[in-house]
Amino acid sequence: MQGTPIAEGLFTWPSEEPQLLGARCRDCSTTTFPSQSGCPRCTARNMEVVALPRHGVLWSWTIQGFRPKDPYLGPAAFTPYGVGYVDLGDVIVESRLSEHEPERLAIGQRVELAIVPFVTDNPDDDWVTFEFRPVDSSNQEV
Amino acid sequence: MEAAIVGIGIHPFGRHPTMSARDMATAAVHQALADAGIAWRDAQFAFGASMDGGQPDTLVSELGLTGLQFVNVSNGCASGGSALAMAEVAIKSGTYDLGVVVGFDKHPPGAFNADPEEHGIGRWYGETGLMMTTQFFAMKIQRYLDDYDVDRALLAQVAAKAFRNGEMNPNAWRRRALSVDEIEGSTMISDPLTQYMFCSPGEGAVAFVVCRADKARSYHERPTFLRAVSHVTRKFGSFEVFSPWLSPERGTSPTTDAARRAFELAGIEPTDVDIAQIQDTESGAEIMHMAETGLCEHGAQGALIESGATEIGGSMPINTDGGCLANGEPIGASGLRQVYENVLQLRGDAGARQVPGDPQTGFTHVYGAPGISACTVLTR
Repeated sequence: MQGTPIAEGLFTWPSEEPQLLGARCRDCSTTTFPSQSGCPRCTARNMEVVALPRHGVLWSWTIQGFRPKDPYLGPAAFTPYGVGYVDLGDVIVESRLSEHEPERLAIGQRVELAIVPFVTDNPDDDWVTFEFRPVDSSNQEV
Repeated sequence: MEAAIVGIGIHPFGRHPTMSARDMATAAVHQALADAGIAWRDAQFAFGASMDGGQPDTLVSELGLTGLQFVNVSNGCASGGSALAMAEVAIKSGTYDLGVVVGFDKHPPGAFNADPEEHGIGRWYGETGLMMTTQFFAMKIQRYLDDYDVDRALLAQVAAKAFRNGEMNPNAWRRRALSVDEIEGSTMISDPLTQYMFCSPGEGAVAFVVCRADKARSYHERPTFLRAVSHVTRKFGSFEVFSPWLSPERGTSPTTDAARRAFELAGIEPTDVDIAQIQDTESGAEIMHMAETGLCEHGAQGALIESGATEIGGSMPINTDGGCLANGEPIGASGLRQVYENVLQLRGDAGARQVPGDPQTGFTHVYGAPGISACTVLTR
């Protein structure tokens, strides 16, 4: 799959096994997402960029039920989408989810990272962004 | 020297198409001045809060060009609380004896629309639809219900109480009681929260006259004393609105920190509170903030709400004016509305929604982006 990342430095791309990019404090091991230059825990400025695990556990979730205002780039014809926090071990990251049916989402569920097209109403856009999807989403029962 | 509130004014919350936010602010200030029996020229200082209603200090063109110090305060949903906190410092420092606090706002319809870059977050966060306060509230309560085994049915019960109380409040926006079924059956906004479980951005204004406590009775026969005002920003490990990531190392919330500080400063325990106004931007927030402020244990909310403890006639009345749910949220005015309600209740002037038993101690709490909280303890 081709595509332009929605922002530089968020994830490794292009890649067969894409990963989110965070920052880890060399002093206290705190991990942030996205990367930043100062540590919010120990206040040192000694961060290094790290690639984050591709698999995690759903920590919380909701469904976005209405179209957000500007600067949201999604199509005018709105489709609800899932949003969640995913526990990757050293950091819990916020992400869109592939699922938007409450019955298919549950705290504690195993999920994995995917880079997917982010469709807009502009045919010239070829954005890609990140989302998490249930592991084996084809027949997921939760 | 402690500070006291000796004048209160409010412009009704809701939608007022023919009035500007400045008109509402001016009306509230004049009401507060009259309540304290003073004129604008007597005010030595003012602190003003507004997000979308205009720059507060420009009110002097309408109120009078007396040359007073007028500082604008901006702290998200806690702006009003911050303005009151600054006024308290101005009195306590001994610099001033008498001043005005005013909060007002007028937001466009629909959800708040924050700019990611103003919050130090990449534009992608808003572009891909993650910069929504509604999502944060939904995910925080979703996790909370799971962590503490709290019954989801409480969400509609909390909202139903808010609208029942709002029905008795002539200054509230939503003045029709709604059934639990109507609330649960309204449009799903962000699972598990439906439309009527959320407050809406709105319009309104609140103003106070504050003075040195030892002078209070010369302005009003029933002054209200500011025993404590606290304002804090978030610490590491809290879970805040507009967070692209969280630490697995969980910590206390700014609400918990601000409430503890306020109770310490006042020298009282949460159990000493007779009436509480806590931030209910959605009904889950009221449930979580009950415990985060220390008014109850985590997970104890169900028994309290089911028993009627949080109702006006209960042992721990909460959001007696209908809260944000029934009043809407004009950001600059919202935290001050809570204080206004507690002053009314402590004076015994709350009419149909007066808490029985002669309440002595009131508590207020606001929470806002990007993780701030302000609390007050008020006594007669």
